[in-house]
Amino acid sequence: MTVLQIIFLLAAAITLGSAVMVVSSRRMMHVALWLVLTLFGVAILFALLEIRFFVVVQVLIYIGAIAILIIFAVMLTRHSLEDVGPHFNRGWWIAILACFATFSGLVAVLSSWSKFQTIIRTIPAGGEDILSLGKAFIDPAGYVIPFEVASVLLLAALIGAIFVASERKEGKR
Amino acid sequence: MIPLSWYLIFSAALFCIGLFGVLARKNSIAILVGVELMLNAVNINLLAFWSYLYSNSQSGLVFVAIVFASAAAEVSVGLALIISAYRRRNTVTANDLDLLKG
Amino acid sequence: MGFLHFLSDPITFLANWLQGLLLGVGIPAGIVQFILFVIGAGALATAAMMFVIFLIWLERKAIARLQDRLGPNRVGPWGIFQTIPDMIKIFTKEFITPTGADIIPYNLAPILAVAGVLMVWSVIPLAISVVGMNLNVGVLYIIAVGSLGELGIIMAGFGSNNKFALLGGFRAVALLVSYEVPMVISLLVPVMLAGSMGMTDIAQAQNVWYIWLTPAAALIFLITSIAENGRAPFDLTEADSEIVAGFNIEYSGLKFGMFYVADFLHSFTIAMVFSVLFLGGWRGPGAEQIPILGFIYLMIKAGLIEFLIIWIRGSLPRFRIDQMMDVNWKVLTPLSLSIVVVTAVLDKLIPVEQTVFRIFAFLVVNLAVLLITGWLIEVFKTRRPRPVVSKTQRPVARPENVAANSNSGD
Repeated sequence: MTVLQIIFLLAAAITLGSAVMVVSSRRMMHVALWLVLTLFGVAILFALLEIRFFVVVQVLIYIGAIAILIIFAVMLTRHSLEDVGPHFNRGWWIAILACFATFSGLVAVLSSWSKFQTIIRTIPAGGEDILSLGKAFIDPAGYVIPFEVASVLLLAALIGAIFVASERKEGKR
Repeated sequence: MIPLSWYLIFSAALFCIGLFGVLARKNSIAILVGVELMLNAVNINLLAFWSYLYSNSQSGLVFVAIVFASAAAEVSVGLALIISAYRRRNTVTANDLDLLKG
Repeated sequence: MGFLHFLSDPITFLANWLQGLLLGVGIPAGIVQFILFVIGAGALATAAMMFVIFLIWLERKAIARLQDRLGPNRVGPWGIFQTIPDMIKIFTKEFITPTGADIIPYNLAPILAVAGVLMVWSVIPLAISVVGMNLNVGVLYIIAVGSLGELGIIMAGFGSNNKFALLGGFRAVALLVSYEVPMVISLLVPVMLAGSMGMTDIAQAQNVWYIWLTPAAALIFLITSIAENGRAPFDLTEADSEIVAGFNIEYSGLKFGMFYVADFLHSFTIAMVFSVLFLGGWRGPGAEQIPILGFIYLMIKAGLIEFLIIWIRGSLPRFRIDQMMDVNWKVLTPLSLSIVVVTAVLDKLIPVEQTVFRIFAFLVVNLAVLLITGWLIEVFKTRRPRPVVSKTQRPVARPENVAANSNSGD
């Protein structure tokens, strides 16, 4: 049991525990705050993989923007804070069965794969190379098309979100 | 040294917890949060595979960056829709938002 | 000779000596490394918090002088020990937790607010060989850690079970999230010029200080950082006369002290980050050979910028929320985007060797962009029509009016 393995188990336990709290909390504000802890745990796991860029991007985008956006949405739909009654659907036990089936199916399929037990990492010693990632994004023989499509998607989301969420008077479109 | 299997089992578990959140919660915002958990599980999976097996090509990192961008776009539009629906119907329970206008 | 080594680079000397000591005792190398990291982090955090004592006194004196009064002058010569009685007062106040407050967010919020500022200190290069962690994405890390502070504000507003705190918290975070956009875009400019996101690389690459090359980006970064800090003229969120201290209403004693410390430490952190990114950090004559000189240069530069920030605080009136949002989205974001484009084009056009021509070209183009922006603001300035008040009949309190209206009830 090396130190890294202990850190991994701790981080994984915290992340999975707070994920369970995310999907089972009653008050939406608590859901949002547990989500922040889950996202932070995922960032710790990225750090264990020694991919420093995505650690920072995860904290910046998920915690700094998406989680705050979710908290704002929870506040703007305020009646949801005073929920009465069960916060699960009627068929929640079917959902639990489906999730266990999915999990067992995934683990069974993966464990029959030859490289499942790989231990040696092929990542270079200093972590990932951001310069070559940047070059891959704008290389025509690389990934410039997904990059451009993602930027158009973000532009469409920006305009769409502003348009949808802005208050308009009745009949005035 | 951490075997690849640990990361894969962890991301499968996180994915299934997110799936439970999507299937079983009443509040639409909680359903979106479940989708976010699933996307995070996908990110961990991609980065684990890239780090252990394919680190000489950039495709894993590019894929993860695109997933980040798509997740951000989807959350913002989804929340805008939920807030807009809340203004009309005064509810965010997914079960109650089941009729179109008129 | 050993003493000279100690004088010229005390931190590396101490670290090496401690490492030798611990390795000699027989502790395995990994744990020695870990212990050194923990000691280094603790020493840096403690030094930063101790420095706040001096910072608070400096700010109070400077603001007082700007307002033509003396400031603290009783406790110690020039009042330099004033902060210590204030600290004792804050330490001994009672923690009053409001009923119905959510315990965990309520207590975690001050910790997150301070953590969001202290964690920035770990990537700032204090000298050529002294840096907490040489992260290759240091610039992005600074912004990411800033968002942890924002989370602390939301948790404070929500956990206080108080409508004013909630409102204040959300207004504050809306402001902070909006001002992150031009800050991130303007931070791209020194990253482009240095070719790396690491703070040590940016400090290393500044043979010519970047403030000569991109004064516009430096200006935008300074303005947005002051807005991120939440101090005047952007202190709408803690305007005492408007919303009763905002998100930290329900905090007393040391918890409020933590918010207070985070506020003042944030301004000095901004000054240090600005110095590293735009003023060359530890660079100066002789700083490569004698690292302690680099630290002194950094402190001098950061002190100058801190004084500039305090000066701005003492001189400008507060903005309204709609003015702040207007400035951010209509002026700062397009301006920062155009600065990035212009810098990218110029950086590729002019090779690095022609230093003087490069500086001149960059300065001229930056000035041109700023002047064009100012002209565009003038051209597009719309005056909101002022409501005309004098035309309406105002009821005047005279006996005949009161008698005429007496049948409408008391």
